[in-house]
Amino acid sequence: MSLELRYFAWVRERIGSPGESLDVPGDVTTVSELISWLANKDEGYAAAFAEPDIIRAAIDHEHVEHDAALAGAKEVAFFPPMTGG
Amino acid sequence: MSCTIRIRIQPQSFDIEEESKRLTQGRSDVGALVTFTGYCRDEGGTLAALTLEHYPGMAEAEIGRIAEEAAARWPLSGLTAIHRHGRILPGEPIVLVAAASSHRQAAFEAASFLMDYLKTRAPFWKKEERVGDRDGDWVQTKATDDAAAGRWQKP
Repeated sequence: MSLELRYFAWVRERIGSPGESLDVPGDVTTVSELISWLANKDEGYAAAFAEPDIIRAAIDHEHVEHDAALAGAKEVAFFPPMTGG
Repeated sequence: MSCTIRIRIQPQSFDIEEESKRLTQGRSDVGALVTFTGYCRDEGGTLAALTLEHYPGMAEAEIGRIAEEAAARWPLSGLTAIHRHGRILPGEPIVLVAAASSHRQAAFEAASFLMDYLKTRAPFWKKEERVGDRDGDWVQTKATDDAAAGRWQKP
């Protein structure tokens, strides 16, 4: 499955990139599985996803929980809790 | 009541007077206008600037969803939300929320609801820049912000 990934704030800084297009293996079917798969890529990803529970996710511009299915997703974004306003 | 929703995400500042006029000019049904402006504060002289990062596309969509929810809950004639991104200096405005209604309670509550949800749901992140070039950190989420948003949840 091909996905557009987007990273923001310190997730972006730790990974060292604002985003990328990636081919994700077929057995990665949820947001949570995607986080685990990414965390194994290298040290930067591992640092970004060291505490998966605090990472927020969005699929196609909508907040989702970590058990959300990736089926049909085009763009998946990862970021820390929001601090705007 | 149909509610006119205006949302803008922009690097430049905004004019509160102008935005207020937009919600009231030429109307005789508005009885209350509540505006809230959030400013960048200097944290006792230690903060040189804030840099606000946002998620283009999702930021507009998410604030739009929050505004639609407010318009469904309260009888509003207009709702405006403006959020800046980029580098912002102490004393400059960051965010504006304005709610117009026939009645003050609806305007107060809608503006408060919009701010509480905007702070916890809209994809913006603040990075601090400290005076004297000390490396700043990303602002941490406050539990009190989550609690403030939580009080609007319907049982």
